[in-house]
Amino acid sequence: MTGARVGGRRRVTAHPVAGALFVLPFFLVVVAFLVVPLGYAFWLSLSSRSLALGTRFTGLENYARAFTDPVLLDGLVRVALFGAVQIPVMLGVALAGALALDAVKTRFAAVFRLVAFMPYAVPAVIGALMWGFLYSRTFGPFADAPTWFGGEPVDFFGTSWLLLSLGNIVTWAWTGYNMIILYSALQGVPRETYEAAVIDGASQVQLALRVKVPAIRSAIGLASIFAVIGTMQFFTEPHVMARFAPQISSGYTPNLYAYNQAFAYSDFHYSAAISFALGFLVFVVAYAVVFVRRRGVRP
Amino acid sequence: MTARTRLPHLLMFAGIVYFVVPLLWVVVAATKSQPGLLSSPALWFADEFSLVDNVRQLFREDDGAYGRWIANTALYSGVSALGATSLAALAGYGLARFSFPGKRLFETALLGMIMVPATALVLPTYLILSELEVVDTAWAVILPSLLSPFGTYLIRVYVAESVPVELLEAARIDRAGELRIFWRIVLPMMRPALVTVFLFTLVATWNNYFLPLVMLSDADLYPLTVGLTTWFNTAQQEAGTRVLFNLVVTGSLLAIVPLVVAFVLLQRFWRSGAGAGALK
Repeated sequence: MTGARVGGRRRVTAHPVAGALFVLPFFLVVVAFLVVPLGYAFWLSLSSRSLALGTRFTGLENYARAFTDPVLLDGLVRVALFGAVQIPVMLGVALAGALALDAVKTRFAAVFRLVAFMPYAVPAVIGALMWGFLYSRTFGPFADAPTWFGGEPVDFFGTSWLLLSLGNIVTWAWTGYNMIILYSALQGVPRETYEAAVIDGASQVQLALRVKVPAIRSAIGLASIFAVIGTMQFFTEPHVMARFAPQISSGYTPNLYAYNQAFAYSDFHYSAAISFALGFLVFVVAYAVVFVRRRGVRP
Repeated sequence: MTARTRLPHLLMFAGIVYFVVPLLWVVVAATKSQPGLLSSPALWFADEFSLVDNVRQLFREDDGAYGRWIANTALYSGVSALGATSLAALAGYGLARFSFPGKRLFETALLGMIMVPATALVLPTYLILSELEVVDTAWAVILPSLLSPFGTYLIRVYVAESVPVELLEAARIDRAGELRIFWRIVLPMMRPALVTVFLFTLVATWNNYFLPLVMLSDADLYPLTVGLTTWFNTAQQEAGTRVLFNLVVTGSLLAIVPLVVAFVLLQRFWRSGAGAGALK
């Protein structure tokens, strides 16, 4: 460890023990609140408890149950469907907003940047409550709007609208945040990159789509990974909205299902199996996105 | 406005309307009494202006529960953010400027930790903390919130870019101790990154719902998010006897005002934080 030579100059050595000590407190928190809970969840998931037999080791039985549980599978499909629509819409709008911000530098643009980011400051619970009121026929302006033109009122909590209603809440909350990530990435692209395209007579739209968007590919990838992670943990909005929309069942999303298994049915073993499997799935999907993205960069 | 900027401006105008209407609704609705909420147009004021009454009633309801929830929220998020930022500062510096056995492995694991879904940890953490009889205390919310792999990652990147090794070497030649170097030289240089990590963890804990929902059952310990939903649930169930919708709305408004104000004042830190995330 001593005397590593970089740039031809003798370095004064930092003591390795000191470095490890700096990392130690964080490491302990990681062990206590990440490694141990994950390990505990896994251990717990390998056993089951019943009145007749007490707690006994059941191996992977809980996982076999989870992956054949129609409620959980329905929840997974629902969340996948939700993400397949909501994530592209949100990132598309965020990207359009970021490109608009990059193209014009007026005071109006500064206002837009601030206003779009504001919902990020609103707790998801309060966002869901607010939208719940806005959707409702008694409090909100939107449900009855079609009746002004002789149409039927919209039931935002009805089965056919529910996923869209939830999707709108998430989109409202997170579009601005993603926009700022993409906008910051655009700021980091060297301006010279654009010059060649401009000399070749590219229009603003061509410049945006052919040069700017590919230049911030990795930021788009990162934003999509975080969106996927968030979507697979979907909990707060459906949990709050269940008060408006009774058909949000205990297994509406996998995370809601895990929560209810633990706290409504006291089945902590099965709940742990669902949590652990879900966490593992998120991890795999997130890494798959990283992998596809890496492949995409160098075709 | 030239043709070139018309499309972006139109787009931004539509965006402003979309993002601002729900917030306007809360502001307007918080000025209405319970009957006013039901009888007046959703996006315009009722005849009587009841904001002051609502606020007064808000802080009186349930023996001043709302005030306690604000204090709890401030305590949980303040302590968590301070703790998480301190841990991230130490670890980020340790990883960026030292080498020790296992460092590479830990750094690789750090990226994985960022992707572990927080909610997958909440239920098992609850079970462990309930074995230790820590659930239903402030610690049950604060301790798990100290974990911020993203904060550590952010500070590591920041230190690697902006704290020159030569400076640390000079200090070591002068025989300064490692802690002293950290405290006197590194910490002041890290200030922008520290503020960013602090703000992000502050908002994350301020807005957290799942963790306190699982950990707490004593209403006196609730943060705003959990408290307001219990009121909302009561309002839904008891519609007719004790109606609280105006309090839920006013409570929501007062809960988001400090964050929105903090936002406007501290914009540049948010942008640099989000930007650091993007530059990965």
